[in-house]
Amino acid sequence: MVKHDSRQQGAWRAPLGAALVTLAAMAIVACGGSGSSSASRTATAASIGKGEGKLNVIAWEGYTDPKWVKPFEQQTGCQVNAKYAGSSDEMVTLMRQGGGSQYDLVSASGDASLRLIRGGDVQAVNVNLIPDWVNFIPQLKSPPHNTVGGKHYGVSLQWGPNSLLYDTSKVTPAPTSWSVIYDPRYRGRITVPDNPIQIADAALYLSKHQPSLGISDPYELTASQLDAAKQLLKQQRPLIKKYWALASDEIDLFRNGDAVVGAAWPYQTNTLQADKAPVKDMIPSEGATGWADTWMLSAHAQHPNCAYQWMRWVSTPKVQAQQALSFGETPANTTACPFMDQIEKGSCARYHANAPASYFDSIRFWKTPTTDCGNGRNDCVDYGAWQQAWTEVKG
Amino acid sequence: MSAEATVRRAPRGGLRGRASAVLFRRAWLRAVLLLSAPGAWFVLIYLAALAILFVSAFWRVDGFTGKLVHAWNVDNFRQLVENPTYRTIALRTIGIAAAVTVTDALLAIPFAYFAARLASRRLQAVLFVIVLVPLWTSYLVRVYAWRLILAKDGIVNWALHGIGLGSVDVAYSNWAMWIVFSYIWLPFMILPVWVAFERVPASFLEASADLGARARTTFRRVLLPLVLPGVVAGSIFTFSLTLGDFITPTLVGGAGSDFIGNVVYRNVGIASNVPFAAAFATIPLLVMAVYLAIARRLGAFEAL
Repeated sequence: MVKHDSRQQGAWRAPLGAALVTLAAMAIVACGGSGSSSASRTATAASIGKGEGKLNVIAWEGYTDPKWVKPFEQQTGCQVNAKYAGSSDEMVTLMRQGGGSQYDLVSASGDASLRLIRGGDVQAVNVNLIPDWVNFIPQLKSPPHNTVGGKHYGVSLQWGPNSLLYDTSKVTPAPTSWSVIYDPRYRGRITVPDNPIQIADAALYLSKHQPSLGISDPYELTASQLDAAKQLLKQQRPLIKKYWALASDEIDLFRNGDAVVGAAWPYQTNTLQADKAPVKDMIPSEGATGWADTWMLSAHAQHPNCAYQWMRWVSTPKVQAQQALSFGETPANTTACPFMDQIEKGSCARYHANAPASYFDSIRFWKTPTTDCGNGRNDCVDYGAWQQAWTEVKG
Repeated sequence: MSAEATVRRAPRGGLRGRASAVLFRRAWLRAVLLLSAPGAWFVLIYLAALAILFVSAFWRVDGFTGKLVHAWNVDNFRQLVENPTYRTIALRTIGIAAAVTVTDALLAIPFAYFAARLASRRLQAVLFVIVLVPLWTSYLVRVYAWRLILAKDGIVNWALHGIGLGSVDVAYSNWAMWIVFSYIWLPFMILPVWVAFERVPASFLEASADLGARARTTFRRVLLPLVLPGVVAGSIFTFSLTLGDFITPTLVGGAGSDFIGNVVYRNVGIASNVPFAAAFATIPLLVMAVYLAIARRLGAFEAL
């Protein structure tokens, strides 16, 4: 070979080589697991047997804190393996993976629970085996998002509102209506969750401000009602700074002055207020949407006894109080109130754990949109259409 | 080519000796032994995954049970074509990938020229480390850092305010994505261009000067054409890495900043609509195929 030629070749090879080496240095290997699918559908348990020594759960991050997992493991000998999910939709996907026998329990929110029930992914639970169930607030004993045809598909856990969060130094006068998040005055300073279920917030707003649309339940929308909500959200889009995906995103937005008003969970409000940020949250006059979580038992649970022991454990007032305060939500068990105040003075009232029924009733809890309109008609749009609509709103 | 150079030795005795003799005589056997493992990997893991991806794009998901239905249809592609949202998202993705590539090339060429041809050996080592340092920390950490830098009450606005220039509102926007992507993929452009500059023999430049060319002409007509392969090599990485990303849009993007990857991620991990995700994921594949074809047209692969 002539020297001259080799140089010209090298001019090509070397840069590609260098780039490849750099790329290799950053290569990310992702691996996925697959599980066996040995299905074992059990009838509703009559008693809790001996623990199987293991428990696999899908949970929201923070729901399996060592504070209450460690004592549970010591007492029952059930080793808890938690898989954190980032969204309701991910929870549903995980529960269906590998024939549905990989996980025993899931801490499903109301927008996922009906999907799991209808899909046959979860089984009925005998609430008589959960002694603390009688102490739950009445609305969460048999809520429509986890109780179908009189059968309990799980045990309620915690709940909270999607409240209106605002910066008291920038938003004046103090808002009383959700209209503030559709107000061009706050263009580029508004943030709302990046979640298709957010369409329900728009529907709730429309149900009060455009009664002619005939929206009675923000989760049961006909195609034309969904279009109206989509239209409102599309008008809102240019006003949005960011659709937040993680609670920490919204905290950053408020802390750094990028957002001054938005829809939030009490967790964000509490974190920001603890940082001395000038923020407040409230339930506007239209009411608010909210979430209520349920521990649901997989239809193919491999460790049902440990699962029942867990549901019993997390329903006890002390654990309920611990979890409520570590995550920033309200316990389903009304007897948790004194324990909350014991951990953090005044926290029971701050999280509305002792609020009257009217507070709870002002909240429309998440449930999965289905074609069933709840009035015998079947012309509502299902969750798939909601997801599509959300993509179009954001696109 | 090494065959002629190897000195023929008498075959050694024993099994090992015989095996090596057999291998020496049969080139195809050597090739089979060397390529069987990577070949199997390539076919089973790499090509099969791509094939399944493409095939599943023609299936659909039962909305009620969430199960995959193996019924052949082109609904997913029809939806992609008919719904203007997906066109917007695809064009945004390609547009920003192109903008990032051009920006990185414009930043990398002068830097690499200085590093390769003007800097002293010591300075070269320092520059090399500076280029690579960002790769030592997590991608996520760097993106989050940019979030703080660009925030409304962040460093950029603090500095602008300090020198009396008011403030800019780039946080959580497509501008923020462009800045962050350009920063993150810059090393992948600098390194190939740097090596390309280094490979140009000094004698070429002397010859050009001897023939009366000025510095600018030499740069334009001698240096740049010889370095172009390096720029194209780097652009393949900056372009394809931006095209496939979905984390940066999630973290620093604004209200209308979804990439193809975000829609794919939502459909796989969240909505569990793998067929639609597969259909959308074929778009970056096609774009890259076209991009590589153009790169080849430019004469980029001839020496490979």
